[in-house]
Amino acid sequence: MSSPERQAISPDLTAVIAVKSGDQSAMAELYDRYSAVVYAVALRVLGDTMAAEDVLQEVFLQLWRNPSAFDATRGSLGAWLAVISRNRAIDALRKRKPETDIEDVVVSVAPDLASEADRSRAAEKVRGLLGAMPQPQRSVLEMAYFQGLSHSEIAIKTGEPLGTIKTRIRAGLITLRKAFQT
Amino acid sequence: MSRHEQFGEDLALYAVNALEGEDRGRLEQHLASCAECRLELEQLRGDGALLALSTAGPKPPARARARLLDAIARESTVAAQAKTARESMPASKRTWGWLGWVAAAATVVLAVLLWNENAALKQSLAAMSEQSSQTTRELEDLRKIAAPILSPQAQRITVVSLKTPPQPQGKAFYLRNRNSLLFVASNMPQLPPHKAYELWLVPVQGAPIAAGVFKPDARGSGTIVNPPLPSGVEAKAFAITVEDEAGVPHATTPIIMMGAGE
Repeated sequence: MSSPERQAISPDLTAVIAVKSGDQSAMAELYDRYSAVVYAVALRVLGDTMAAEDVLQEVFLQLWRNPSAFDATRGSLGAWLAVISRNRAIDALRKRKPETDIEDVVVSVAPDLASEADRSRAAEKVRGLLGAMPQPQRSVLEMAYFQGLSHSEIAIKTGEPLGTIKTRIRAGLITLRKAFQT
Repeated sequence: MSRHEQFGEDLALYAVNALEGEDRGRLEQHLASCAECRLELEQLRGDGALLALSTAGPKPPARARARLLDAIARESTVAAQAKTARESMPASKRTWGWLGWVAAAATVVLAVLLWNENAALKQSLAAMSEQSSQTTRELEDLRKIAAPILSPQAQRITVVSLKTPPQPQGKAFYLRNRNSLLFVASNMPQLPPHKAYELWLVPVQGAPIAAGVFKPDARGSGTIVNPPLPSGVEAKAFAITVEDEAGVPHATTPIIMMGAGE
């Protein structure tokens, strides 16, 4: 890829455009690239392979039916699919209708997540950051993100004041962001 | 991070769907009118995405891939059948369509007969005068249609879902057989001095073709009308990059917006 114009169009964007025109092989390409991420997130939330497989199916079917929902100007497709998978898995866990329309989910990420190697490096770094966080903060972050508990539910579960829970969730998320800004 | 620190913690909770009750309603109301907090929300969701991407586990079973590809193939078949049905099914409509052509043909024949009769009676000058008036009326109609799009005084309002924050967007209207392109953009972020948005026609084959530059006005709107383009090029998509304000023949920065045909 030597010319600037070829560098400018990412393989993800090319595939999403092809999906918009009904190209099934482009959809297979995206599935091969991101199914492991989508499935891993759903499995982490649900802890059940069949239920995670259902979420995997639903997430990619939504992308197939509505590829325009992904805003390519704001971030990586992998990050967006990971968030959609997490949201759908939490909905399934809590046995509720989808709370957020996928078109309303705009995700902006700082690190370059274009390649498998980029994503692996970022994942490794996040695991390191989580490991270095104080246990109460990590625990609150995981309860909110992977168990889908509201701040009041977390407060009841941990016995901590609501304000402390709010502060820990925000601080935890911003710790991750800052680590990729340096 | 947002200047609206009072919403900072609620934004973080909202980003992970952990905010409830009145706090949630109050924040959604604020988000509808605060672009800065919407941006912070996108970034907090991105922070959450990093958390999600850090999960590791087994790969999905092979059957899941087959299941998905079967499902999309079925949906494609159903969509194709529905399209075929729409095109071929309505016999009654076809009949009406056929009758319409007969009526149109009869009208044309009648018009020709009347015209011949009329022409025998009138001078060709009168006919030319009528044709000229007709052309003038058509031109006037076209000007009226184009004025709200092209006039700098025109108010441009983009109507979007109340739940969706205003996003940069552009619409390209392209007639390749006439080499004619109209591009209208809205909600575009302001640019540094000497920079402009450059539009690219992405052909079915070959490199993107420069299709004009624009700088958004104070409201983020901009237009490109009939830029010089090679003739008859079929467009696969249109894309936008940020370039020097004079425009460049080849993109030098990544594409920030892109759309395929509808």
